[in-house]
Amino acid sequence: MDSASDKDQKWEPKIIAFLCNWCSYAGADLAGVSRFQYPPNIRIIRVPCSGRVSANMILDALKAGADGILVSGCHPGDCHYISGNLYARRRFALLKNLLEFIGIEPERINFSWISASEGEQFAELVREVTTRIKTVGPARHLVKEIG
Amino acid sequence: METLFSQTTEAIRREAKDLLESGKVAAFLGFVKGSLPTVTRPFVARTPEETDKLVWNGLCVMNLANYLPGLLKSLEPPRRPGEPPPEGPLPRVGVIATGCWSRNMVIQIQENQMDRERLVILGVDSHGMIDRRKLEVLAGGREIQSLEETDERVIISGRDFKMETARQEVLRDNCLTCVHPSPVILDKKIGPTVPERRVHEPFARIEEIERMDAGSRWAWFQEEIATCIRCYACRNACPLCYCPTCFVDDSHPQWVGKSIDKTDTATFHILRAYHCAGRCTDCGACESACPMGIKMRLFTRKLQKDCLELFASEPGLDLNSPLPLTTYQPEDPDTFIIAGSKKQGTQGGSEK
Repeated sequence: MDSASDKDQKWEPKIIAFLCNWCSYAGADLAGVSRFQYPPNIRIIRVPCSGRVSANMILDALKAGADGILVSGCHPGDCHYISGNLYARRRFALLKNLLEFIGIEPERINFSWISASEGEQFAELVREVTTRIKTVGPARHLVKEIG
Repeated sequence: METLFSQTTEAIRREAKDLLESGKVAAFLGFVKGSLPTVTRPFVARTPEETDKLVWNGLCVMNLANYLPGLLKSLEPPRRPGEPPPEGPLPRVGVIATGCWSRNMVIQIQENQMDRERLVILGVDSHGMIDRRKLEVLAGGREIQSLEETDERVIISGRDFKMETARQEVLRDNCLTCVHPSPVILDKKIGPTVPERRVHEPFARIEEIERMDAGSRWAWFQEEIATCIRCYACRNACPLCYCPTCFVDDSHPQWVGKSIDKTDTATFHILRAYHCAGRCTDCGACESACPMGIKMRLFTRKLQKDCLELFASEPGLDLNSPLPLTTYQPEDPDTFIIAGSKKQGTQGGSEK
């Protein structure tokens, strides 16, 4: 029992962040070169566009043991591919609701828009997301125990 | 006895025979009796004589739109990949369509899976189809050896019992909440018109689940899919599932494991439902095909509700209105998006 609570105290969430190449990844880069501090819990995966991120990928990350997901793209209207993020927005709205409907905590699945000039906002976003995911604890649903 | 169904059966046989005899169609897709009294079987009639076997009743639960793209393709002359189709019109297919099936045909046409020109659609207004499982519950485990159906009643009998019930009592759940019983595209109408239905609280069950807390919802979801044997009958019965390689069969990357591990089963059901988002017409074929009685329609129903609420969109009602996930509006709901602390850009960004 003690070891379990010890483990819980030491637990740090693993967050998979899908960042679009043109805005959010550059925003993360800016946060880095500007020396803005943010929690080291995110693992960034660079994708060409937030529209590239499919439900398969999000569920795969959860299956592999991610405690939370962050998908970030360009602000509406700023998409490098004109409208990729607007199609993505419709899909994410449905996916987030569906996952919530079957009992996944809404805090785990996060979507945001971060532009290439928003380094500070990116650092703030990661802090916010990490806090949100810490409040719901380690992921238990949809994690595959034996792979 | 003359019933609505026997009249419609006669009319369908007559029309199908005409179509095949005149050579207007190369095949006619309908239903024939199945091997059990509570089951019918989709059937392709290729000669005028075969049309005598066609039936129409409340047990025609499989969605005929599912078989159309494959059937149409099989009627084309064989050709190599990339080779253009031959000159002149390709063989056509006659098919029966109710409200939901015709909407699935619209979606398949919109998604370029088939050509409207190659279909001759006999439209039948649906009176609702019967849930075989509700009949089995009614029979209390005894074997149903025969079934009779009138306009309002269903009579089942077996070795030592005979029972009668109102049709309404044994209709499928999706038929009870259906508001579009009439086909949206058709070439000829068969049988009487059923008025657009007004359903009080069509999403009652979904709202009930939404009111539960996250833990209970997860428990409900796990219980619902616990008996799944991953036979993929729901996928195969679905007219929306036509990918040459389904995500469940992908091995690199392997999105879903092959085992009946809890997580794999859950992933399968989430993704299967999600792939139907903004396309599902609630035809109920998935549930009717399921050998384990899983109510997976609730997952697609939730997506349907959200599409209606968030994007005011019902798929397949009109050939000219795009499916909800193939389009967007600048003012689409975005309250779920956390844009860092300042929440900036959500209003101004779309003006660029």
